[in-house]
Amino acid sequence: MLSRKELQRYSRQIMLPRVGEAGQEKLKKARVMIVGLGGLGSPVALYLAAAGVGELHLVDGDRIEISNLQRQILYKTNHRDKAKAQVAAQQLSAANPEIRVHPHDNLADESWLRDRLGDIDLVLDCTDNLETRHAINRVCRALRKPVVMASVLGFSGQLISFDFAAQQSPCYACLFPPSADREVQNCSTAGVMGPALGVVGSMQALEAIKLLLGLPVASLSQLQLFEAESLELRPLQLQGNNDCPVCSNP
Amino acid sequence: MEIQVNGESRRAERNDLPGLLRELGYSGETFAVAVNGDFVPRAQYPDTRIAEGDHLDVVAPVVGG
Repeated sequence: MLSRKELQRYSRQIMLPRVGEAGQEKLKKARVMIVGLGGLGSPVALYLAAAGVGELHLVDGDRIEISNLQRQILYKTNHRDKAKAQVAAQQLSAANPEIRVHPHDNLADESWLRDRLGDIDLVLDCTDNLETRHAINRVCRALRKPVVMASVLGFSGQLISFDFAAQQSPCYACLFPPSADREVQNCSTAGVMGPALGVVGSMQALEAIKLLLGLPVASLSQLQLFEAESLELRPLQLQGNNDCPVCSNP
Repeated sequence: MEIQVNGESRRAERNDLPGLLRELGYSGETFAVAVNGDFVPRAQYPDTRIAEGDHLDVVAPVVGG
């Protein structure tokens, strides 16, 4: 049941026929993990908290640096050197005291994820490296947890979701198999446009809310490529891959 | 033949996907290829034929968040 305060807080969302009180209660019951609290994790966490997702697990082992503030909109200048997960939890609790927020200021490695994902309904992968992305992919697939993954570099972004609770979902390794010799470029070596993270992070939050509500998800097994220069969004369909190193070994 | 590669017009001779990718200067395994909006599993590259007007997307993982 939603309290009077909740009905008031979420009224503009509840009045949407696709949400309604029933949808808002689904969001309230949801337990969601956000891995990576940087340029994507910031808008994702802010929107999911504001929307009333009932329980948020915030995972990041980093501390806030001054060079983060150009894009990581959860943090202010006076948060420098503090743990991202702790500050994020404070900011989100202030934004919406109706929800439960759990900070985890550690790296999300595979064994930690296996221990922690048991009672999580949905994972948002906002990480900045392929190693963690592949670990999230493997664990979510093994535990049949839906996941929304995004990344942005420069002016370009990618977004894709997998519903591993459904039969026969492809996985991230079907698209990009893990490879040891892959060149590693990321925001700290190549630069990134802040608002591009805002756009893609907002889309990631949208997809998460739609997944939780049971609405159609446009990035499901479909890579959405976003180009900030042209504002173009291009969908490319992913099929299951018989040679996938993750999927083809059940 | 004329094809679209990542949204740009390109002329190419080869119509088999592995040969075409070499001709276009792509090597290694760090990218995925979609033909007319659908990704092609790597094992199917040798059997995949490209025709005039086809749209190819050669996509590497974006890393950063």
